[in-house]
Amino acid sequence: MTTAFIGKSVRRTEDPRLITGKGTYVDDVKLLGMLHMALVRSPHAHARIKKINVSRASKAPGVVAIFTGADLQGQLGSLPVGWVLKQADTHTKYDMKAPPHPPLAFEKVRYVGDAVAAVVANDPYLAADAAALVDVDYELLGVVTDGEKATKRDAPQLHTEAPDNTCFEWDVHGGDYEGAAKKAQVVVKQKFINQRLIPNAMETRGVVADYNTGTNQITIWTSTQIPHLVRLLFAAVTGHPEQSVRVIAPEVGGAFGSKLYLYAEEIITGMIAKNLARPVKWVEGRQENYLATTHGRDHITYGEICGDKDGTITGLKVTTYANLGAYLSTFAPGIPTVLFGLMLSGVYKYPNVSCKVYGTFTNTTPVDAYRGAGRPEATYLVERMVDAFARELARDPVAVRRKNFLPPFKNGRAVATGVLYDSGNYRAPVDKALEMFDYKAFRKEQREARGSGKLLGVGFSTYIEICGMAPSAVAASLGAGAGLWESSTVRVHPTGKVTVFTGTSPHGQGHETTLAQVAGEHLGIPMESIEVMHGDTDRQQFGTGTFGSRSITVGGTALVMSLKKVKDKMRKIAAHQMGVPAKNVIFEDGKFYVEDIREKSMDFGTVVGEAYNAKNLPPGMEPGLEATSFFDPKNFTWPFGCHIAIVEIDEDTGQTRLKRYVAVDDIGNVINPMIVDGMVHGGIAQGVGQALQEGAVYGENGQLVTGSMLDYAVPTAEDVPSYETARTVTPSPVNPLGVKGAGEAGTIAASPAVMNAAIDALAHLGIRHLDMPLRSETVWRAINGAKAAKKAARSATATAARSGRKARR
Amino acid sequence: MTTNVAASFQYHAPSSVEEACRLLAKYKGGAKLLAGGHSLLPLVKLRLATPEALIDLSRIKGLSYVKAGRKGLAIGAMTTYYDIESSDVVKKAAPVLADAAAQVADTQVRNAGTLGGSLAHSDPAGDLPAVVLALGAELEVHTARGSRTISVDNFFRDLLTTALRPNEVLTEIRIPPLPARTGTAYVKLANKASHYAVVGVAAVVTLDKAGVCAAARVAVTGAGPHAVRAKRTERILIGKKLSALVIRRAAERAGAEIGDGFNSDIHASAEYRAAMTIVFAERALTEAVGRV
Amino acid sequence: MPIQTQITVTVNGTRHTNPVEPRLLLAHYLREVLNLTGTHIGCDTSSCGACTVLLNGKAVKSCTVLAVQADGGNVTTVEGLAKDGKYHAVQQGFWDKHGLQCGFCTPGMMITAVQILERNPNPTEAEIRRGLRGNLCRCTGYHNIVEAVKAAAAASRAGGRKR
Repeated sequence: MTTAFIGKSVRRTEDPRLITGKGTYVDDVKLLGMLHMALVRSPHAHARIKKINVSRASKAPGVVAIFTGADLQGQLGSLPVGWVLKQADTHTKYDMKAPPHPPLAFEKVRYVGDAVAAVVANDPYLAADAAALVDVDYELLGVVTDGEKATKRDAPQLHTEAPDNTCFEWDVHGGDYEGAAKKAQVVVKQKFINQRLIPNAMETRGVVADYNTGTNQITIWTSTQIPHLVRLLFAAVTGHPEQSVRVIAPEVGGAFGSKLYLYAEEIITGMIAKNLARPVKWVEGRQENYLATTHGRDHITYGEICGDKDGTITGLKVTTYANLGAYLSTFAPGIPTVLFGLMLSGVYKYPNVSCKVYGTFTNTTPVDAYRGAGRPEATYLVERMVDAFARELARDPVAVRRKNFLPPFKNGRAVATGVLYDSGNYRAPVDKALEMFDYKAFRKEQREARGSGKLLGVGFSTYIEICGMAPSAVAASLGAGAGLWESSTVRVHPTGKVTVFTGTSPHGQGHETTLAQVAGEHLGIPMESIEVMHGDTDRQQFGTGTFGSRSITVGGTALVMSLKKVKDKMRKIAAHQMGVPAKNVIFEDGKFYVEDIREKSMDFGTVVGEAYNAKNLPPGMEPGLEATSFFDPKNFTWPFGCHIAIVEIDEDTGQTRLKRYVAVDDIGNVINPMIVDGMVHGGIAQGVGQALQEGAVYGENGQLVTGSMLDYAVPTAEDVPSYETARTVTPSPVNPLGVKGAGEAGTIAASPAVMNAAIDALAHLGIRHLDMPLRSETVWRAINGAKAAKKAARSATATAARSGRKARR
Repeated sequence: MTTNVAASFQYHAPSSVEEACRLLAKYKGGAKLLAGGHSLLPLVKLRLATPEALIDLSRIKGLSYVKAGRKGLAIGAMTTYYDIESSDVVKKAAPVLADAAAQVADTQVRNAGTLGGSLAHSDPAGDLPAVVLALGAELEVHTARGSRTISVDNFFRDLLTTALRPNEVLTEIRIPPLPARTGTAYVKLANKASHYAVVGVAAVVTLDKAGVCAAARVAVTGAGPHAVRAKRTERILIGKKLSALVIRRAAERAGAEIGDGFNSDIHASAEYRAAMTIVFAERALTEAVGRV
Repeated sequence: MPIQTQITVTVNGTRHTNPVEPRLLLAHYLREVLNLTGTHIGCDTSSCGACTVLLNGKAVKSCTVLAVQADGGNVTTVEGLAKDGKYHAVQQGFWDKHGLQCGFCTPGMMITAVQILERNPNPTEAEIRRGLRGNLCRCTGYHNIVEAVKAAAAASRAGGRKR
C-alpha cells in the first residue's frame, strides 16, 4: 500500500511557533492583576513544625497574603495515590500503607523541600523577598535516606501508618526459582544499586490559576502530561466541582514522567487563587525543582541468576528495596512493582522468576516514574545479570543471549512473570545491529588497545519494554485507580477542514504532527487542512494523557476509530446520493467512488458539504460530521531491540567515554521515522547519562548534595556521540496501526548497554561489576583495586612457590 | 519565578578605576566588584553573597586589551576569556593562556567572564589561576591613591581569598616573555556538571640547547583551597634532561605543596585528587615538553 | 527600596527605555518588562543556557546579566532571528533536521548556534558539540541539534557563495 503520510519523515507542524519564540509555556501566561506565589520549603529532612511566624514576612513590601499549612488544612485535602496495591491482588502481601500527604505540611516535614507556607505578593521578586522572612521553628527528628536501611527496626519512622517505613511488600513468582537454583550448574549473585535520578525536564514545573467569582470557574494552566487527570484529581481532593475546573496544559517543556501527577502546587495555587479571587502564578526554580519535583529509580537490589554450563539460563531471582521517598506520589506504587517485577523475563525463555519488592518511605523527595519507569530498572538487572552469567561461563554475551531468546511469535506469548507479550522476533535486531557493528574487528581492536592506557569495551542490551498503557481492566487488577484508555474526536468542519481533539497531551513528542499524519492518511486530505488540539479540558473530551509510550498506540488507535466513523458516515452519504449501496462505495485519493464505475464519484469536500447542508441525507441520519471514540486496548505492546555501546576508559584517570552507539529498535510500524529517531536519540542520552554521570546524592542529614546543575551532571552535547539507529519491524497485533510505542526505548536499553561495555573493558583486570554512575573516581578505584589484587595474588603465588621450593629442599 | 532572586543591592557603574576604588572605600567592604559576574551573580542570586552594592567595572574604558611588547604581554583585567582565546597575540606569546581560556566553562561564560574576575575571585577550581601562576605573571592593582604590583606567586592566599586589599582593583595582568625553547600546556580533569577543574595542571618548561631543563613553572588548581605552584616538581625538573622517567618522578611531587589540604567532595575524594594531580602533572609536562 | 535606574536597551532593533531595579536580571527584563517570552529560563546557576541571547553580538546567559548591565546595548533574542519573514539559517536547520522536541531549550540553543557559526562558518562536529556545551537539552540527545547546526552552516555557506 502506498501511503500519503504514514511512514514519512514529515517536518513537524509544531516547530514554526517554537523556533520563533511564539510557544506559550506556563511561565509565558500573564493575566491581568496576577499575583505571584513563592513557597517556603523545609530546609530540614525530618522535623516537627513547632511554630510558623509570618509577622516579618507579612510586613514586607508587596505582600498580599501568606498561607500556612494550618491555614488551608481544611481546603487542600491530601494528595491522592492513583495506584493502590491491595491484598486482593495476588502479588501484594497486605493492603499498602498510604499515609496522608498534605500539600502544605502542617505538623511534620518529611523531606528537604516539603512546602510549609505560601507567600503571595504582587511581584515575583517581592514574593521571594518575603518568603525569606517567614520564620519557622522546627524540632529536628532523625533522618533516613536509604531505602533498605529505612526498613531496619532502629530507623527513624516517617509515618505512624507505615511501620518499619514499609509501604508495601509485593512479589511475583513464575515457575520455581529455588528448585532451579538447586539443580543449576552455575549461580551468579550480584548486588545492584540503581541510583536515584533527577528528571531535569528543561522547563521546570509551573502553575497559573485564575478564579472567576461569578461563574465559580477555576482555570489552571499547568505544565503537565495529564490535564484531564489533574482536573479530576483536583476536584476530588478539593471538592471544587469538576465541571467548574478547567485545566490547560499549554506548551510543555519536557517532562519524562516528572509531570505525570497531581502536585501539591497545583492544589495550592488553585485554592489560593480561589481564596483571593485573583490570578496567582507559581513557577518553580531549578533548585526548587530538584527538591519538589519527583525523582526516579533508587533501587537497591540483590540479584541472582542460575543456569547450566552450556549457557542455558534457567532462572532469575530479585529482591529489591524501592525507595519511594517521603510520601507516595500519584503513580509511585505501580512503578517498582508492575512495571518492574513483571518485566523480569526480558526476551528470554527461562521459566523460573522470583521477585520480591519492598516499597519504603525515606526522608527524600518522592520517587515516581521517570522515562522508562520500572522497565529501565528491570532491564538493567536482566541485561547485566545475563552478561554476568555469560562472563562466569567465559562465553560470548551475544551467543548466550541468542541461546536463551524466546523464539519468534506473531500473536501472543506468555512468559514466566505471567504476562503476555504481543509479538516478537528478538534475533532480528541483533542480526541487524551486528551488520552495523563489526564485532570481530572490534575484539581485535580491543586486544590491541590494551597497554596503550585506553581500555575499550563493548556492551549489548537486548531489551524489551511494556508500552501502550493500558488495558484498563488489567491495569485496574494490578492497582491502577483510573481507566487507562484514550479518546479522540474528529470534527470535519463545513469547509472540509478538520480538527482532531486528542485526549493525550504531549510534552515535546510531536503529537500534532504524528496524529495529523494519521488523519491525513485516512481522510486523503493535506496535513495543512488538519489541526490537532490537545491539553485543554474545556476543548477536548476526557482523556488520559501521555506516558508509558501510549500516545500513538492507544491515542492513535482512538483517532483511527473516529476517522473510520467519519468515513463510514461519508460513505453512506455518498452512496445515498449516488444511488448505490454503501458497500459498493470506496474511498480513494480523496474521493468516494462507486466500485467498478470509477467515473461516478463525489469528492471529500462535496460530501462534507452534504453532511452539513443536510438537504439529502439518508433517512434517519443526523446532520453534521463529527465522531468521538474511546479506545481501550486488549493488551499492552512490547517493543524490543538490540543496543550496542562502545566505551573507552582512560586507565590512569578512570574517565569513561561513550565512543559509539548503535541502536536497532523494533517498535512495530512507524508513523514518522524522523520523530521516532529523535525520541530514540533523546532516550539514549538519558540512559547514557544514568550510566556515566547522573545521580542524586543525599547527605546523611537528608540534604540533597546534588542540589543544582553545578553538581548534577545532565549530559551535554560533548558527553555523547552521534548515534547510529535502525529498525526492524514486527507489527503489534493489538492495535490497527501495528504500532508499539517509541518514547522510552532508548533510556531503557542504554544504561545496561553502557555498563556492560564498561565491565567488558575492565573484565581482564578481574572486575565483574560496578554501580552507576561511572564517575571517574569509581572506575579509577576499581582499576587500582583490581591491579593491587592481581599484584597481591602474584606475590602470593611467588611466595607459595618459594616456600614450596624450600619445603622440597 | 523561574530562577532565584537576588536580595536588593545598589548598583554603580563607575567610569574610572579611581571612582571604582572610591566606591569600594565608601562601602567599607560591603561592595563587590562586578567583572563579568559569572562567579558573583550566581552567588548573589542564591543569596549566598548579599553585597550592599555591586560596582560594575565594565563601563571603565581601557580595561580590556591585549598588548604585546618587549616586556611581554599586558592584558587588561576586564579582557574576556573569549578575547583571550581568540587573540593571535596571546596565541603567539602565551599559547597556554589561550588554550586554557578556551577550556573555561562554555561559549556564553567565556563571552562574559574576565581574566581579572577569575583571578580576583580565586575559585579553588578556576582554570586561569594555575595558568598565570605557571606563566609567572605580575598583577597590577590600583587604589584611589595609586598602584602597586603583586607577583602572582604571592597573590592566591586561600579559598576565595587573594592578596587584594578591600579597596583595591586589579587592572592589569602582565606576563613576561617566554624564553626560546619553551613549551607550555594546561590540562584538566573537568567536572562534568560545572566544567570547573576537579584537577588542572599548567606547565611552562624551558629547555636549553642541549635539551636540559633550564626553567620550569608548574601550577595546580582544583586540588586544594587555591591554585599553587608545584615547586618541588619544578626543582626536580630543572637541570635535567626531561625523559619520561624524570617527568614522572617530578609529577609525583606535584601535590606536595598541597599536603593534606586536598579538597574532597562528591565529585572527587582527596585521595583521588591527589592521584589525579600526579597524572595531570605528568600529562601537562609531557605535552609542554613536546611543544618546545 | 533601592532606587530604580533608567535603562535604554535596543532589542531586536527596537529601542526600549524603562526604569528597572538593579537586581532585575536581563532575562526577566526581556520576559516580564518587554513581554518577549521566547527567551526561557531553565536554571539558577548559569548552567543550562536556555536564556541565551546576543548582547552586543555576543551570546550570553541573560540570567547572569543584570538588566542595568545591558544599558545602552543591543540585544537579539529568538524573536529577532527571522528577517523579512524569512527564517534564519539556524532556525531553518532546526526545523528541517528535527533539532527540537519540546522547544524549551531551543531559543537559547539556536542563539548559541548563531554565535558558533558567526565565528566558524564551517565547524566540525566536535567543534559544534564543544560550542554547545553551555546549552542543555533533555529531549534530543543532541544528535539532531548537531545535524541542524551542520545544515545551517552548509546553507549559510551556499548562500554566501551565491552572493
